Amino acid sequence: MDHAQPTPHLREAEKQLSGIQSWRPYQSAQPCCEPIAHIRAEDLSIGYHDHLALQHVNLQINKGCITALVGPSGCGKTSFLMSLNRLTDLIPGCRVSGRLQMNELDVLAPTTDLLHLRRQVGMIFQKPTVFPFSIKKNLELPLREHGKHPRETWAAMIETTFQQVGLWDEVKDRLSQPAQALSGGQQQRLCLARALILSPQVLLLDEPCSALDPISSGIIEDLIVSLRGRYTVIIVTHNLAQARRMADHVALFWSVDGINQLIETGSAQSLFESPQHELTAAYISGARG
Amino acid sequence: MLTQSKGIQEQCSTWIVWGSAILIALSFLSLLGDLLWHGWAQLSWSFVFSPPQNAGREGGIGPILLSTGLIVGICMAIALPIGLGTAIFLAEYTQGHHRFGRLIRGSLDVLAGVPSIVFGLFGNALFCQALGLGFSILSGGLTLACMVLPIIIRTTEESFRAITFDQRFSAAALGFSRSTTVGCILLPAAMPGLLAGSLLGLGRAMAETAALIFTSGYVDRMPESLLDSGRALSIHIYDLAMNVAGGNPNAYATALVLVGLLLIINFSASWMAEKWTTLNQLPT
Repeated sequence: MDHAQPTPHLREAEKQLSGIQSWRPYQSAQPCCEPIAHIRAEDLSIGYHDHLALQHVNLQINKGCITALVGPSGCGKTSFLMSLNRLTDLIPGCRVSGRLQMNELDVLAPTTDLLHLRRQVGMIFQKPTVFPFSIKKNLELPLREHGKHPRETWAAMIETTFQQVGLWDEVKDRLSQPAQALSGGQQQRLCLARALILSPQVLLLDEPCSALDPISSGIIEDLIVSLRGRYTVIIVTHNLAQARRMADHVALFWSVDGINQLIETGSAQSLFESPQHELTAAYISGARG
Repeated sequence: MLTQSKGIQEQCSTWIVWGSAILIALSFLSLLGDLLWHGWAQLSWSFVFSPPQNAGREGGIGPILLSTGLIVGICMAIALPIGLGTAIFLAEYTQGHHRFGRLIRGSLDVLAGVPSIVFGLFGNALFCQALGLGFSILSGGLTLACMVLPIIIRTTEESFRAITFDQRFSAAALGFSRSTTVGCILLPAAMPGLLAGSLLGLGRAMAETAALIFTSGYVDRMPESLLDSGRALSIHIYDLAMNVAGGNPNAYATALVLVGLLLIINFSASWMAEKWTTLNQLPT
């Protein structure tokens, strides 16, 4: 993503923001991700009523890396993603067992503060879901809800975040227009901005490009790559080429004998070039899935 | 041969569909035409604003219009907040086989089918007698509120349920509290449904006769307080047509005013709902 030279407007915005310690959208990006565990799932199983959606997943997700979850539809990738910010709580009859650690936080503990957890974990869905009001209010509402920043800084934060997702030039003259008037790709970038404005540590992306045209999809993909090092990104994708282009690590989910499970995980290079499991080899060669 | 019979079948079904639509339009137009034919001559500004004289044969409907407005106003002021609250409870706080939710839904369905005269008797026993409000505009409004609540609740609940789950997931993923999700995100999206439900309720309240005979009473004087008895438009029509010899012309004129008001409410509500929808649900 090409980040244009900061406009005088943006410089002014950043000056206003310099007093806010906790909000740094332009943290110096590390060149690559670190081999430090950010999220650790141990023996994680997810079930809906009597049906098991995912069984015995052991997976480590590294800080600042892009981890792609790949595999055919209905093999538990989205369920796994939704357990990371406990959205599974919203689904009637859904049970999650095992251990899920995010830094020091025990995600699955009943005492976990969900609002705090979800502040740290942003999520983007397959279909862009802008809220039914103006473009500006879409970003103001999360700021208002979490109330950590004074209202005078909001305009600057909104501008900076829109700059970060490359949307500012497209929306700066129409901030008070309904967000639904934006195109699909713009809406998805708005959703990304809405998640980023809370400066989360983790970003969950559930097939963020699948409902978009190739050009918008390319823009979103470049954006996600630009986030490497600053956020821990977990992306569900059906597009193997996309996973190969973007991901540092890849995890393959598959349904074996009707049981959804994690088949193989590793760095993108090792998984694509020398897969250990025969299903992985068949999947990446296009013979299966 | 086969294509010919297919063609006839096709033509027949087209005729049936068009025929029924035309029938509906005709019945509405003939009703409106009849009202205009008999009532237009009586209609004037002085009819609308002046008090009735000679048991309603002469004079106008000023106090009756005011009483109707007050009764309907009380009804909506009570029914809207309670209805919205219950609808939100049913749609957002009770899931699937929630026992209490099912109980409420079942009761509402039964209530929606109860004849209005029964609501009248209930209102008379509870508001007029037990609570000591007597035959009053307040009793009438409260009784009507009980009557329109099921309509408002069910239509509003449906419009909340029609909102896709994505919006709820997105809001939850941003760490929004339930009250923010409902108040800031779901309520605007459910607004057209809420409007439609209120309109249905308002229309029903405005045209109600049986439930008001026992509660708000017959008195056609200008009401001075909410505890005064007040006559609603529909009761005035009923009284003029049934009990007052020579009252028919004014009954027609009153009916014309009532239908006119209902039409205005209808059109303005659908206009508002449409405006709201185009504002909020632009094609992507």
